[in-house]
Amino acid sequence: MNLNNRIFGINGPVVTIKDTKDFSMSEMVYVGEKKLVGEVIGINKNLTTIQVYEETTGLKPGDIVIGTGAPLNITLGPGILDNIFDGIERPLKEIEALSGAFISGGASVSSLNEKKLWDVTITAKVGDKLDGGMVYATLPETKAITHKLMVPPHLSGVVVKTGVNGQYRVNDCIVVIVDANGTEHKLTLCQKWPIRTPRPHKTRLSSDIPLITGQRVIDTLFPIAKGGAAAIPGGFGTGKTMTQHQLAKWCNADIIIYVGCGERGNEMSNVLTEFSELIDPKTKRPMTDRTSLIANTSNMPVAAREASIYTGVTLAEYYRDMGYDVALMADSTSRWAEALREISGRLEEMPAEEGFPAYLPSRLSQFYERAGRIETLGGEQGSVTLIGAVSPQGSDFSEPVTQNTKRFIRSFWALDKSLAYARHYPAINWTTSYSEYFSDLDPWFKENCGEEFVKYRSEITNLLQEENRLMEIVKLIGSDVLPDDQKLVIETARVIRIGFLQQNAFHKDDTFVSLEKQSLMMKTILHLHNRAKELVSKYIPISEIKSAGLFDKLIKIKYDIPNDRLDMFEEYINEIDITIDKILDSRR
Amino acid sequence: MIIEYVGVNEINGSLIAIEGVKDAFYEETVDIMLDNGTVRHGRIVQLEGERAVIQVFEGTSSISLTNTKTRLKAKPMEIALSPEMIGRIFDGVGKPIDGLGELFPDEYKNINGTPINPVSRVYPKNYIRTGISTIDVLTTLIRGQKLPIFSGSGMSHNELAVQIVRQAEIADNDKGFCIVFAAMGVKNDVADYFKRSFEESGVLEKVVMFLNLSNDPIIERILTPRCALTAAEYLAFELNMHVLVIMTDMTPYCEALREFSSSKEEIPGRKGYPGYLYSDLASLYERAGMVKGSEGSVTQIPILTMPNDDITHPIPDLTGYITEGQIVLDREMNTRGIFPPVNVLPSLSRLMKDGIGEGFTREDHSALANQLFSSYAKVTDARSLASVIGEDELSSTDKKYIEFGRKFEDEFVNQGDDANRSIEQSLDLGWKLLSILPRSELDRIDDSLLKKYLPSEGA
Repeated sequence: MNLNNRIFGINGPVVTIKDTKDFSMSEMVYVGEKKLVGEVIGINKNLTTIQVYEETTGLKPGDIVIGTGAPLNITLGPGILDNIFDGIERPLKEIEALSGAFISGGASVSSLNEKKLWDVTITAKVGDKLDGGMVYATLPETKAITHKLMVPPHLSGVVVKTGVNGQYRVNDCIVVIVDANGTEHKLTLCQKWPIRTPRPHKTRLSSDIPLITGQRVIDTLFPIAKGGAAAIPGGFGTGKTMTQHQLAKWCNADIIIYVGCGERGNEMSNVLTEFSELIDPKTKRPMTDRTSLIANTSNMPVAAREASIYTGVTLAEYYRDMGYDVALMADSTSRWAEALREISGRLEEMPAEEGFPAYLPSRLSQFYERAGRIETLGGEQGSVTLIGAVSPQGSDFSEPVTQNTKRFIRSFWALDKSLAYARHYPAINWTTSYSEYFSDLDPWFKENCGEEFVKYRSEITNLLQEENRLMEIVKLIGSDVLPDDQKLVIETARVIRIGFLQQNAFHKDDTFVSLEKQSLMMKTILHLHNRAKELVSKYIPISEIKSAGLFDKLIKIKYDIPNDRLDMFEEYINEIDITIDKILDSRR
Repeated sequence: MIIEYVGVNEINGSLIAIEGVKDAFYEETVDIMLDNGTVRHGRIVQLEGERAVIQVFEGTSSISLTNTKTRLKAKPMEIALSPEMIGRIFDGVGKPIDGLGELFPDEYKNINGTPINPVSRVYPKNYIRTGISTIDVLTTLIRGQKLPIFSGSGMSHNELAVQIVRQAEIADNDKGFCIVFAAMGVKNDVADYFKRSFEESGVLEKVVMFLNLSNDPIIERILTPRCALTAAEYLAFELNMHVLVIMTDMTPYCEALREFSSSKEEIPGRKGYPGYLYSDLASLYERAGMVKGSEGSVTQIPILTMPNDDITHPIPDLTGYITEGQIVLDREMNTRGIFPPVNVLPSLSRLMKDGIGEGFTREDHSALANQLFSSYAKVTDARSLASVIGEDELSSTDKKYIEFGRKFEDEFVNQGDDANRSIEQSLDLGWKLLSILPRSELDRIDDSLLKKYLPSEGA
């Protein structure tokens, strides 16, 4: 180790060293006496540039810089779930115990609890040939999730020694393998992985299974596949974070990684309390059992914010490799892009659009391309679904981050200011949003929700589009002059908008809705529409149908039918038939 | 041994550069002594080998390449803290200017503060009653929240801030309540207005004032909110008080930051503001909150004037992404004499959902607020239709909406600067206004609540 590398210059989070040849690109380094964590981001003949992941106040030129010889990596092992980390995987609870409510620099804590004992079941036997990605032991990480210990991807060999089942700490050696060269490798409960390198897998699988979110507008109109990528752009106050929270709570992934990247501290504290109180309907355990949080709030060091996205996706890939479906929520990728811009500015790089560095699109694609449903090295199936919030500057979707993100994702859930102003939540605009997964997912929907599900969806979409067209006219001349059949379209579309697309995250039944109930709701609404169309075609005025109160009743259907009483839909359909028949009879 | 560096090598705007500096650290404070005996203060903002770039708080006028001696102080920028601060007036960098002498500090703290660990935060849930209907019902202020007022030049944001201070029931008892007031680049008149208003409402002895007026050095302006927030954190987290921080005006602050950044020759981001404007604003706003192990709280009401009333300008835009909601003032309402001129639709409080309803305000609060928002949004549609086809041609429902809109603005929003309404009064007023609309339009409220609270027609 060379002790002669000394700081030359300091500018914000960027530190330079003069005349050294000891460092390699992306190498992790320790800076100064407090051993602040940093990463080498530039090398030229004279200067080596380092970005520091902590506050640089107090650093002096002449302070020592020590290289670690390895790229910035994180520790993967049991103890990641039900935990909260900062952007470079330092556990915030340990830091709190160390330095109190305020984070001070240079806190050296290990990522995973090294003292905790885990109940390990060793599955590998002496003589087994193990390849990278194969499982050699399992342990219950939380009550809901079994953690599988896998041979690091680029290693393979024959087992020469195993421990007995029992309690071990993270760094205890439990299996020894010998590779083809005769070198011994001790396998513990954890492994290291560089965050900027995607973890390898065997093959990519097609994205033909939907990620069920229980949010009607997403599941029916703009679905996303397991292993897909989606973006939620929206100005402030349009409900990006709320939507992300809803997805994290209810989507049917096995593991949730939630990255709070440059967002509010109070929000993270809300996630912490809320998730520990909520019960996962599938496992009947608290949500935190399947969740890992990465919190790098907006006032925490900007370089660690840049790293937090990669840390998150590396954790996600690790659990994917065990055969789990993982969903990663990144809130928000714009803050990450701004961190890139900030550091790029400090490096005095030539800026491209809006001051963002020219490599913004390639960095975005490197992130989103780590999504996917794959066959793991161990032969199992797993997926990483990426859902990134985007905070466009000035709510203008033409800005670089939104535009470049659009190129790498396939579900686009555009949040709309005017919907949010009218408190229509989730404020996903149905005309500007899109999903490219329809053709991949339709076979699954047809098989699992019935042929009609797809049919209902297209009818609903058509009605909404028709309404959109009619509203242009209404805006000019008022709705009174429209013919009755068009008035009916507007009325049904109102029911769809308020009764179906709007969803109340704070209502116990409405916060999560099964696909079956979604389908029945569409069916009931469309049934009323079709029956009412019958009346209109017989020149019965629409006002008469409206005054029967059926439309308003359907709007409240989401609250009035509990999730476990889906048989009640039958009564509603009957009632519609009876009422409409009565109107017909009275006219005869 | 104290080393003094004679002369400077370069002067650029408010920055000076000195060569041959040894053993200096990043963000160290310095004293710059001029030949004429005056002392200026500065901070190291960039180090390159033995070259240090220093930001001079009082400005560089009359500094030449040879007439200074610079001394390193071996500590970062700190502020003296003591319980005696309350009732005192300081300049932008924390020096007393009220003629009552120096402070006897209990401790010194780095004004940059350190980020609150997210796991140590207590999620804010206690609402603060302000007596203002629009805020209490529609954008409820929560203890520990940061809720900015987005205004424009010439609108009555100062009056609104004063009314909030006067009427806010922030603490369970009076003892633990104080106000930290940070003025950044405001006019002398405005500072006087605040001082006078605090005096009249009898809270002056509970106010800590930090004044950086519009003719004060801009570099000090960058430090003013940091001094104020360090004082607020000290009062809240060490003395367990409930602190309301009013920062006015954030726009000159950001402009000072831009000026400073361009004199450092940094690469500009949007509209010439530095690329780190978001992180910089966040380092201020995120200092609001509550932490475990302390009973106090820091609640922030930053005021900013939107340049050209443009809410997409980088300053309000980035602020809105950091703060937990915003109260937006509207020029048209202001001109019509409505006070407070709150534009309800874009206004929002993100934390209100957990701080209202049964046990906090009243069970119907959340549903009522939702309905008012959604109904008022429809008023806008009805009005734009009326402007095309005339009010007479509107359907009867749309006419009702027009009437609702008018009364909502005249009675609910407009309450004057001396009305202090209780939560019940405000909520009941909301119900009264909703009763104008046909019942079928009230689609956000459960039937049971409608039955209980909606005044029946003719009653």
